[in-house]
Amino acid sequence: MEAAATRIEDTLKGYAATVQDFAQLCAITVAGIFRRPWYVQETVYHMDRIGVGSIFIVVLTGIFTGMVLTLQGAIQLEPYGAVPYVSKLVSASVVRELGPVLAALMIAGRVGSGIASELATMQVTEQIDALRAEGTDPIKKLVTTRLIASLIMVPVLTVITDGIAMVGGYLIAHFSLSIDTFFYWTWAFAALGPMDLVYGLLKPLFFGFIVCMVGCYAGITTSGGTVGVGHSTTNAMVTSSILILVSDFFLTKLFIYWGW
Amino acid sequence: MIRFSHVFLKFDGRQVLTDISMDVPAGATQVILGGSGCGKTTTLRLILGLLHPESGSIVINGQEIVGLTERQMAAIRAQMAMVFQGAALFDSLTVRENVGYRLWEEGTLDNATIEARVVESLRFVGLEDTLDKMPAELSGGMKKRVAIARALACKPKIILYDEPTAGLDPINTHLVSELVCRLHTEEQVTQVVVTHDLETAYRVADRLIMIHRGEKIFDGSVDALQASEDPRIHTFLRPAEVLAEPGCFPCKDGGVRVVAPAADKAERTPA
Repeated sequence: MEAAATRIEDTLKGYAATVQDFAQLCAITVAGIFRRPWYVQETVYHMDRIGVGSIFIVVLTGIFTGMVLTLQGAIQLEPYGAVPYVSKLVSASVVRELGPVLAALMIAGRVGSGIASELATMQVTEQIDALRAEGTDPIKKLVTTRLIASLIMVPVLTVITDGIAMVGGYLIAHFSLSIDTFFYWTWAFAALGPMDLVYGLLKPLFFGFIVCMVGCYAGITTSGGTVGVGHSTTNAMVTSSILILVSDFFLTKLFIYWGW
Repeated sequence: MIRFSHVFLKFDGRQVLTDISMDVPAGATQVILGGSGCGKTTTLRLILGLLHPESGSIVINGQEIVGLTERQMAAIRAQMAMVFQGAALFDSLTVRENVGYRLWEEGTLDNATIEARVVESLRFVGLEDTLDKMPAELSGGMKKRVAIARALACKPKIILYDEPTAGLDPINTHLVSELVCRLHTEEQVTQVVVTHDLETAYRVADRLIMIHRGEKIFDGSVDALQASEDPRIHTFLRPAEVLAEPGCFPCKDGGVRVVAPAADKAERTPA
């Protein structure tokens, strides 16, 4: 009994220490944004890898989400004779919820796990220690540059996902449901207010932070050789996906509370 | 130049280093000998400030480094370079970029000077023709030599080596230990070499210390080490004599434990 209590206590202490270390890493990384050197070249390189490299998957995600949403929406709206207004449903749900969340989940799978495995490999092959030995701050060089790139590129990718999802919806609406082009786009934009755009950009900013920081934390705290690299990659993917879904709920609650 | 005084270190409640003291004078090559997991690499990491001791004092070039922040430590590290066990070359950079990494990061020299320094360092290790290669294209021995070139490029006062000859064939082992000797005689660099390779240790050492289970059990010259009658040292230096019988393993105190089943022994004994 006593042994079990000790084990629970140790586990809880372990979780608390992890949260503390993660918060500390986040604070140091954010502080690094305002400190020299800025590693502009590395940041642009990571923007290319995170942004341009993820365009294909977010385009696919967007187009099929928009098409499915239109098909399902039309079925639900048909009894009320409201099928022509399906674009309102598509644009509102994509810009507010589905676009940011689905784009973030796809980016977590591609970018978050990539960051984790890359940094984990550097950790187990002593490259991060070598950076410190060479007088470089590894957090500044490896983490801050990736965070800046994520904070810029995840909202951009989300806007692309939103736009493509609406185009996907239009393709089904026009060619399958025979909805007029002008009618579709007029109601699609009518469903969106200025705050929806702010809302749709704040969430990806937050999700970009989660994907990058969880990936970096998992990577630089790796131990245990190649097995550890595998664990870190999986952990980064699972943790960031869960955090995206959970934080989406709380962000939505918060925005509703603020009257957005 | 490097002084350890009564250094203790614990990891997760386990004592890793116990009361380690040593002095490495300027220009000397100090070898740290010991078996795997005895705390040799940890000692190097303490010198570099990658780890902090639980208690004790570490002085580098007259400056106490225990308690320094990462940023304060950067100034101390600027005088040092380390050759890691696996070379730790940056995968995404070419040999040229790896060797000149610190110089480009510091930004105090122009490109032409850095380029010349890179070529000079690579020439010293005999690899000036690998400038544009990626680390993945190099053999283990070449990686180690590039890592030495990277250490040399910034002209440090102290170079730390973590198992510089581990996993290398005899020719590359000879080449690497030769480089360590040349740095000692030609550049008068202070060097700390962690190894369990006795041949390399005897070849490059001015002085040796031996660590056994986190404790220093020897500090002296090569001749004194070879003459030592400490059973732990004796077992480490001459395992073939001490552990000659099959099924023999070294004990904590340096003695020998026999674990081979009696039946096996009986089978091996001629009738």
